[in-house]
Amino acid sequence: MDWQLVLAILPQVVIDGLVLGFMYALIALGYTMVYGVLELINFAHSEIFMVGGFVGVEILLSLQSHGWLGRINPFVALILIVLAGMVVAGLLAVAVERIAYRPLRSAPRLIPLISAIGVSFFLQDAVRLTESLWRNAFYLTYPSFAVLNRRIELGQSIDFSVKSIVVIAASLAMLVALQFLVKRTRLGRAIRAVAEDQPTASLMGVNVNRIIALTFLIGGAMGGAAGVLFGVQYNTINPFTGFIPGIKAFTAAVLGGIGNIPGAMVGGLVLGLLEAFAASYLSLFTGGAFGAEYKDIFAFSILILILIFRPRGLLGEVVRERA
Amino acid sequence: MTGAGPSASRAAILAVEDLHVYYGEIHALKGVSFEVGRGEIVALLGPNGAGKTTTVKTISGLLAPRRGTVRFDGESLVGKPAHEIVYRGIAHVPEGRKIFNRLSVTENLEMGAYSRGDGGIRRDVDRVFELFPRLKERRAQVAGTLSGGEQQMLAIGRALMATPRLLLLDEPSMGLAPVLVEQIFTTIADINNRQGTTIVLVEQNAAMALAIAHRGYVLETGAVALHGRAAELAENPEVRRAYLGE
Repeated sequence: MDWQLVLAILPQVVIDGLVLGFMYALIALGYTMVYGVLELINFAHSEIFMVGGFVGVEILLSLQSHGWLGRINPFVALILIVLAGMVVAGLLAVAVERIAYRPLRSAPRLIPLISAIGVSFFLQDAVRLTESLWRNAFYLTYPSFAVLNRRIELGQSIDFSVKSIVVIAASLAMLVALQFLVKRTRLGRAIRAVAEDQPTASLMGVNVNRIIALTFLIGGAMGGAAGVLFGVQYNTINPFTGFIPGIKAFTAAVLGGIGNIPGAMVGGLVLGLLEAFAASYLSLFTGGAFGAEYKDIFAFSILILILIFRPRGLLGEVVRERA
Repeated sequence: MTGAGPSASRAAILAVEDLHVYYGEIHALKGVSFEVGRGEIVALLGPNGAGKTTTVKTISGLLAPRRGTVRFDGESLVGKPAHEIVYRGIAHVPEGRKIFNRLSVTENLEMGAYSRGDGGIRRDVDRVFELFPRLKERRAQVAGTLSGGEQQMLAIGRALMATPRLLLLDEPSMGLAPVLVEQIFTTIADINNRQGTTIVLVEQNAAMALAIAHRGYVLETGAVALHGRAAELAENPEVRRAYLGE
């Protein structure tokens, strides 16, 4: 085996893994926060992510069609579309909760799950329909920015694009902000209190419905931001784009310990890194027997192993109640 | 320890009248009526399933009555959600303590002050720590790791953080060692004495409850069976036989 090659591409692999991992982490937060307060797997979350991606591309395309795209600073454009994606996706998530989950709050657990799957199909087809009518196409490509695609070279075999760094920096900033909100503010305490015990939280004066809506808003906004960053990073999106990243982010949330916010971040990063490692190293380590196409099998096998030994996930804690 | 508390009729802060509450088809409260005077400690006694917890849960808004009225300071509370009732000055220490296990001791106290917009929260956290020094030692600890007695102290401290005019205490002695029960009850009497906080005390431990209460109501199968001054109830042969183990 060529250890020199292994070492040489390592930084590259880590950067690829981090880009993927931060994206998964952003999406995973939406799953884990909603699970935290409602014990519901919000299967529509992958579509919230997808809608965020479409908001980004639509804004860029309309700027482009007016000839304004070349005239604004690409970073300003990027901030604009990320914010717009967050607002639209966040509000959409709140609407989904209001319409599809809240009326079913006291129904058996399976019912809102089915409702979530229904919302997921609905959003896929709603986007497909509107884009088909509006642009006559629903596979859309993000206009590219030369600055973002510029590659920074470090040494012979390592180079990465500016946009990878942007994705990592933006995700990191959001994760830090969220962690601060949840750990250090009055609203964050209320979110944690509602996650633990809704009736008792209401005895403290917490409007539980409002806090639940807030978690959908925050989770949806993070998902929407991830959707925009996904489009910027991988260029094309379509109404079904959300499915695979959604499933992987959900897995990341479970891996970190569902309901646990730092767990979702850690789970996302672990999954992203595993995937990148597998994609680059599998064929190298197996003498070509397994190629990069086995990356998902490799990553998910490791996940299964971790969950066999830690069913609560990496950071899922057991809190004992004493008499 | 029975003080000559004011009689309820003179200055009732809480008036519950003809309260009917159902759990599905089960008729849990069948016309409960009682009054609590400003500054009083009133004990709600009775066996398991008599409707004591249901009564306090209805007052604090966790349950909605099908019929009847709850008036606090002259204002009707029926139909108001729990999170609004706190703002009117009622704090509820629920049965089984229900502290937030995953939050730290200090964070639990801060949650207790959620309904307050003023800046006195730090100072009041310190006051709770004065009342319960054990909590101060453990302030950074996750509350789920506290002992049962400490959790009860935290639950009471958390309710005090709302600076309530009326404190509803549901079974504060549950599952605690006798020494701790005594300590908790002394503190409850203290809160009433020093801060003038009105208290509704739900208890199975009738002896302890009547020792600090001014008046008491005995509930049986969803209705008030007996009521009177605490000293009278403690002497009542029926009460002695049924609840004081004689």
